Parts: sequence; C-alpha cells; structure tokens
Amino acid sequence: MNTKQARAPVLILTYGNPSRGDDALGTAMFDLLEKHKLENSQLDHVDLYTDFQLQIEHAVDLEDRQYVLFIDAGVSCAEPFECDRLQAERDDSFTTHAMSPASVLAVYKQIHRKEPPPAYLLTIRAYEFGLGKSMSAQAEENLQKAYRYIIENDRLDAATGFSLPTAR
Amino acid sequence: MPSALETAKNPEEMTRIVIDPLTRVEGHGKVTLLQGKNRNIRQARLHITEFRGFEKFIQGRPYWELPVLVQRLCGICPVSHHLAAAKATDMIVGASELTPTADKIRRLMHYGQTLQSHALHFFHLCSPDLLFGFDDDVRHRNIVGVIEDSPEIAVQGVMLRKFGQEVIRITSGKRIHGTGAIPGGVNKSLTKSEIRYLQDDVAQMIGWAQGALELVKKIFFEQYEYHLAFGSIESNMMSLVREDGAFELYHGGLRARDKEGNNIFDHVDYRNYEDYIRESVKNWSYMKFPFITSIGEENGWYRVGPLARINNCDFITTPLAETARAEFMAIGNGLPIQSTLGFHWARLIELLHCTEAIAELLCDPDLIGNDLRNMGELQCCGTGVIEAPRGTLFHHYEINDDGIVEKASLIVSTTNNNQAMNESIRKVANQYLDGNRLTEALLNQVEVAIRAYDPCLSCATHAIGKMPMELNLLNEKDELVDRLEKRVTGQIDRTI
Repeated sequence: MNTKQARAPVLILTYGNPSRGDDALGTAMFDLLEKHKLENSQLDHVDLYTDFQLQIEHAVDLEDRQYVLFIDAGVSCAEPFECDRLQAERDDSFTTHAMSPASVLAVYKQIHRKEPPPAYLLTIRAYEFGLGKSMSAQAEENLQKAYRYIIENDRLDAATGFSLPTAR
Repeated sequence: MPSALETAKNPEEMTRIVIDPLTRVEGHGKVTLLQGKNRNIRQARLHITEFRGFEKFIQGRPYWELPVLVQRLCGICPVSHHLAAAKATDMIVGASELTPTADKIRRLMHYGQTLQSHALHFFHLCSPDLLFGFDDDVRHRNIVGVIEDSPEIAVQGVMLRKFGQEVIRITSGKRIHGTGAIPGGVNKSLTKSEIRYLQDDVAQMIGWAQGALELVKKIFFEQYEYHLAFGSIESNMMSLVREDGAFELYHGGLRARDKEGNNIFDHVDYRNYEDYIRESVKNWSYMKFPFITSIGEENGWYRVGPLARINNCDFITTPLAETARAEFMAIGNGLPIQSTLGFHWARLIELLHCTEAIAELLCDPDLIGNDLRNMGELQCCGTGVIEAPRGTLFHHYEINDDGIVEKASLIVSTTNNNQAMNESIRKVANQYLDGNRLTEALLNQVEVAIRAYDPCLSCATHAIGKMPMELNLLNEKDELVDRLEKRVTGQIDRTI
C-alpha cells in the first residue's frame, strides 16, 4: 500500500460531523479552505484533509510534513477561536474511539520512533451539537473570523511555519 | 420515531435525566453503581447519552438518500449504517436479490469496514492494560513481557486500518461519506488496476492478522483463569448466520442461543425481527434495553458482536479463521465462551477472517462486472440488518406514497449490548469493590469491562477527544456515598 504519495509540506486536517450542529465547524472550514485553494495558488503547498473523527491512521498522514494544523470545534475555548502548539500525549480513555490531536502525535512517535512534525490545534468556539441541527449563527461568525485569521498574513507559510496568534 | 423516553408507556411518571451540555459534547462516560444492603452491587448503570434523535433525523427524508444520510450518525461505523440502510432500501425498491457484482462489492466494502474497525484493537494490544487490565505488578510484568517481544504491533495495527480504509475508498468511491451502495445495488464496479492495488498488500495483511491473533492468545493464556473470569456473565447470544450455519457478517438469518448454547430461535427472517425482539425503556437511560420476547425482559437480554458471532456460528468459511475459531471454542468445553475479555480474542479471529475473505473476493471476476443494480415494484417499507463490527445492526423504514420516510426504527449494536455491559460492570464492581469506597483500581477495571464491548460512542461529537469518566457509588437509600472522576488529563479525583 503506497502511503508515500506526493505530499505538500503543510497539512491542514479538519474534523467533525457535518450533521451535528456546530460540530460541522471543522468540515465547514475545510470547504472554505478548499474553495480558497481552488481559486488561487496561495495554498498549493497545503494538503487539505477532512474526516469525521481523528484516529490512529491519521498519524500516517503526518509523514513528511513541515507542520500540521488540526482544526476542530470546541466548547471550552475562548471566543471566537484559540490556537495552540500541540505536544504528543497518549490517550488512555475508556473508549477506543475518539482521539485527541495530541494522541495522534503520540501514535506518530510510537510508529516512527521519532518526533512528529510541529503541530497546532485551532479550536473554534462551538455551542450546539444536536443531530440534524444547523450551525449556530455565533459559530458561523467564529468560523469566518478563524478563516480570515488563517488565510491572512501568510500564516500558512511553509518555510516559517504556522504563526500563532498574538492578539485578536 | 420518538425518543426512548417518549415511547415509554407513562412518560409523565419518569424522571427526565438532565445531562449538562459539556457532558454530552465530550461523550463523557458515567457509571453509577447501586449498592444493596449487604454492600453487594445490585445494579450497575452505564449512562450513554449519544443515542438520541436518530429516528427524527431520518424522518422526512426521501428513501433514496438514506444510504448516504445515515453515515452521519456515526463517525466510526459509517459504512455499517450505509450498508444496513442500503439493504433496507433494496427492499423498498423491490430488489429482492442483488446482482452478483453488487452483492460482492458490498461484501468487500463490509469486510474492509470490519477489518479497519477491528484493527484498532490490535493496535491497542501494544498497551494491553487498556484491553486486558492489570491489578497486580506480577501480572503486569508478565503481559508487558509478551508485548515487548512484539514491538511491531503499533505499525501493523495502523497499516491494517489503512488497508481497510483503502478497501472502503475503492468500493464506496470516497474515504468518508462514500456513495457506493445505492437502493438496489451499487453505483460502480471495480477496475482491474484497483483490484491489483489491493491485491498487492492483502497477503501481508493476512500475515499480520495471524500474528495479531497469536498475540492476543498469548496474552489471554498468560493469565488464563483471570482473563476467563473477568467480567464473565452468563448471557444469551444473538447474531446473523448463513443458511448453512456458517459465520456471516453481511446477510443471513437471525440466530439466538441461550447460555448453554441451545437455540432460542434460528434462521429467523430478519424482516420479522419485531416478532422476536422487543425493547424496554428505563427512566435513567436514553438508550433502550432490547430483549428476546419469548424469554422476557428480565432474562431475555443478550450479547451481540464478535463474541456472540463466533459462539453462534457452526463454522467459518475461510480456513485460517476456522482453525482459530475451533481453538477458541475448545476453551468452553462444549459450552459458549462467556468471558467478557473473550471479545478481544473473537474480534481478532474476525479480523483474520476479513483479510482472508478480502483476498478471496479480489480474485472474483464479478467485481469488474457491469450489472450493478436491480429494481422492482416500489414497496412501502424495508428492513436491513447486518453484522456491524460491534454487533447486529437493524434499520427499518416506512415510507409514504411520495417516497418520504415516515417512520424509522434503528437498533444499533451498542444498544443490543446495553444490558450485558451493565451486567459485566456489575460483576467487575462486585469483584473489586471493597466496602463503600471507590478506588482507582476499580475505576480502571470498569473501564476494561467497557472497552471489551467497544461501545460505539462516536455518535457523540469529539470536541476534545478524550473521554472523561465518572464513577458514582450509591448506597441502598440511593444516597451518593462516593464519586471518582477521571479527568481528560488522566488525573483521577475524588469529588464528593
């Protein structure tokens, strides 16, 4: 199985269930970035992936990257969004299902026996998660602010790495 | 269909459980242990909050959207829902039989899904205390020793999952939200190059699956009596089986056996499942409690999933998995294996079967056929049942003259195991609870019991990813006497 297809130096991995209210923030961001990428060449150095949830195999997607940006919905972050550098950390929860981005990095370390690429988590503040519900207006507003934050100011520059926010 | 509480006979007499938003979003696990007068645990309650609103989500949608729509119900088993809904809509469009190409492509997709799901457990064998539990240093050292001889587990677990997902991508068109199965068939066949691409790796996958099986056996036998007894409960088992009694994941009749292995019912046409299975509701849970009607609510609960499937079938069609099944069943001395930790062993027998079955199917010329779909006279209802990785999954739909779903009924695998999970937790709690004080060891063992069933909590949103755990102890007056909370950081606090 060829997992070494040509890879862009930067990976943006969004995740969430598009049919669970604000949990759609991850996939909505994917849609915005994909459209942006199609319309101009500024994101040629970026691979965009989206999924329902993070799992161990996403560690393979991290290979050969200069850095990785995870994008998720969150209920406990500040409004409109937060962005932090991640450290590898193993999960030991009672379920084998959902994984945190930090634990994906830990899996990377486990299978490659080396440090993962620099990774960041951008968490967009979410409010409602009902099955079949549409995204809340506040979450939509937060999404737009986070989107502008990502595409403005060359924050996705491959050479310099992802730049964390200083003030919003 | 209304939610569980709304279908109760006297909902006004029930106490509605208020679950705070953070709990719901994070998929928080909560277990409440109810002590009797003699301090035995008389009841354990695993609270799972995610199984709400499925039916309402589906109502009002056109039937032809169902195979795609229902994938949104679950982030871990979307293909299982996809195929169960496709089977139900086959009935609706009057396709009493699929074309060979459609049938085999769907089966291939299902093997890929089951393979990738089960491979996660192989991966987690590299930290076997998660799956098998340790309660003393000697046991821990012995089992860690087994694992240290197999440092390649993590990589192989990841690559097996990746292979399963490639099978899904190629058969369903996309890595997620695939559209491969449609009412009456499939929307594409495979190309020769796609088949070659999968064939390149399948022999390696069989080898790794064999290795995984050997490893889980070694761990099991390393502390045989402990693993056999841990969380062991005597239950009925239910699964699909093929017409000749063979192991079957995609299509067959329902078989239920009692704790001694006697048939309760066999080769039941799953379209009539409501004649054999009923669901009760309890005022403390959103999740229903299915039971076998002929036995009744108190003793009619059952287990589904790998343990039930391996126990129930007469044989497995692929040679390596059949040998493994016979070896597994031998530990029961003619009786069904009731060990809760036997789930892990059974799961890896199924993993091996999936790799073998994929290899066989990839040699089948029907995969590149062009006859993709059958249609007949439109029907007003349809039922689809498959064996999802975690157990039997039921989808039933009724539509109106415009093809719009008016009624939807789902029994997901984890719901089928609802009572059994509570019983296993109760067993473990009675074994490890000392007096009226909860301990970290007890909390860990409760987690081990839950992991054995691998309940699907993925219908929950992830938000943070880790699942915090809360363990409550109530005395015979229903007063809270102790509580432990495991934080997202892994820290355990007493919070009473």
